[in-house]
Amino acid sequence: MKNQGRFLKWFMGLFLVFLYAPAFLLPVFAFNDSSIVSFPLKGFTTKWFSVLQSTEPLHIAARNSVMIAVITAVFSTLFGVLAARASSRFKFPGRRSIMGFIMLPMVLPEIIIGVSLLVVIIQLGFELSLWSIIMGHILICTPFCIAILSSAFMNLDQNLEEASIDLGQTRWNTFRLVILPLVMPGIVASLLIAFTISLDEFIIAFFLAGTEPTLPVYIWGQLRFPQKLPSLMALGTILLIVSIALLLIADYFRRRGIRKTGIENSGGFL
Amino acid sequence: MTQPIIQLSGLDKYYGNFQALSQINLDIKTGEFFSLLGPSGCGKTTLLRAIAGFEVISAGSLHIDGASMEDVPANQRPTNMVFQSYAIFPHMSVSENVAYGLKARRLPKAEIEKRVAEAISMVGLDGFGDRASHGLSGGQRQRVALARALVLKPRVLLLDEPLSALDKKLREQMQSELRQLQRAVGITFVLVTHDQEEALTMSDRIAVMFDGEIAQVASPQELYGKPTNRQVANFIGQMNFLDAKVMGVDGDKVLVDVQSLGKLTLDLHQATGGIEGCNVVGVRPEMLTILDGSQAAEREIEAEVCEVFYYGDMTYYEVILPFTEAKITITMRNTAGRKVLGEGETARVGWSQSSLLLLK
Repeated sequence: MKNQGRFLKWFMGLFLVFLYAPAFLLPVFAFNDSSIVSFPLKGFTTKWFSVLQSTEPLHIAARNSVMIAVITAVFSTLFGVLAARASSRFKFPGRRSIMGFIMLPMVLPEIIIGVSLLVVIIQLGFELSLWSIIMGHILICTPFCIAILSSAFMNLDQNLEEASIDLGQTRWNTFRLVILPLVMPGIVASLLIAFTISLDEFIIAFFLAGTEPTLPVYIWGQLRFPQKLPSLMALGTILLIVSIALLLIADYFRRRGIRKTGIENSGGFL
Repeated sequence: MTQPIIQLSGLDKYYGNFQALSQINLDIKTGEFFSLLGPSGCGKTTLLRAIAGFEVISAGSLHIDGASMEDVPANQRPTNMVFQSYAIFPHMSVSENVAYGLKARRLPKAEIEKRVAEAISMVGLDGFGDRASHGLSGGQRQRVALARALVLKPRVLLLDEPLSALDKKLREQMQSELRQLQRAVGITFVLVTHDQEEALTMSDRIAVMFDGEIAQVASPQELYGKPTNRQVANFIGQMNFLDAKVMGVDGDKVLVDVQSLGKLTLDLHQATGGIEGCNVVGVRPEMLTILDGSQAAEREIEAEVCEVFYYGDMTYYEVILPFTEAKITITMRNTAGRKVLGEGETARVGWSQSSLLLLK
């Protein structure tokens, strides 16, 4: 029994190392004063970060990515709110299967979504642009938003809505004054998750990018040039920090929502 | 005679093919404490929600204060509701909750503050105004729900099983507080409950419902003393039933043949629900006595004690009547010097003809 416990501990430790060690190598090499990414480390420098600062195409790609991520986050959260509200509050024929189909892109391989969207867009005669990437990203982000928002809407006591109406408030004000504040943490979490997913999504962006690359597509393109590798490490470090920060913020709002509505904490990322 | 505050006539409610309410005719008087009592699934909550405007009625009419509620949405009805879950807005403080309905009516700020303070103090929550509502206990939440509804001075306050979430002691305390509150504000209360004791102790009048229909509407005393059918008699308190056969009616007298008791001549008014179809005689356990020593009663019958439940202040006996093996329950107060009989002993059961009810 004792040995078994020790084995499991080792297993867990190794698992975490494999999971996170590569990611922590990013900042290590980002500050390494050598254009070759290998040990031993040469010295401390921030020059790779200043290289980033002076690379114009990178800035454009970053701006594209942020714009796509923001628009994707807003729309997929909006769709998520509508779907979550509909599925938690109303019963209509085919509700389960409709929800199932909406959730499907979550498990569908992105390459399939990317290829099929590419075919459809070209067949319809549209130009590939940032908008085609946004469409693809909304498609894959919406299921995540629905999953997050569904639990927020499900946890809402339906009587709260009736109580508000009973007290003389209109439907719209009920939504504004009671429902929205209570699901707001879910909405913030949904925005942040969709933003994060869109920001580092590669496959769909690669297929649908046209002439304007997103940040991940730009990074992939730069990997051909070995001398650019350390500056990509620096870029990766920044993205890593931003992603972790966003996740932490999302989870903070999720927890705050749970505290507010007084339900027990279950699940979550952290 | 003043106009009833709520008038329901021929009210039906269907969910698809399921009939939740059937031909409800009911008048609720202004200022009374009225209860809808019945087992779960009898339609009492549906009826309450129909009055509040949360259920669209399928047929019939609903008038509040003389006005038809047909096209009046829930947020414009002169009713307010205390929900079973209380539905306190968790993101608002106690006073924000209480002020919610007043703000919806766009009253001046000073008046809102004054009325909120009055309402909070009325339900005994002085000093709780700034408290966050999610940290409150069950009893406190209920008080907030009451204050939030009463602050709007509705014509009718609807209460959906408001005490069911509270523990026994708090429930008893809230029963008397609710009653006092209702007298103090003079607003008509309509309470939904499945607890017959709660209904009896609090209400002026009670409607007993089964399967979407109203079985009887009466004052608590009348309901207990003169239930109009076997189902009501069995739901309100306990009652013993003996098979009976009506032999004939002669003026205001009825001749019945009762299981174990034999042929009896009863008054016609003892058939509380009408003589038509009567087939049982009912008697409350406390209307029967186990005679002690030389005690005598109007009528006596010897029976064998088969089970004894001793409760301290009371003893419940189950006895088997002679001839037909009918089992009946008798409750006796354990007064000083009274002997508690054991199982297998023979008891002299005293009863009176006037305590019997003829039911169907």
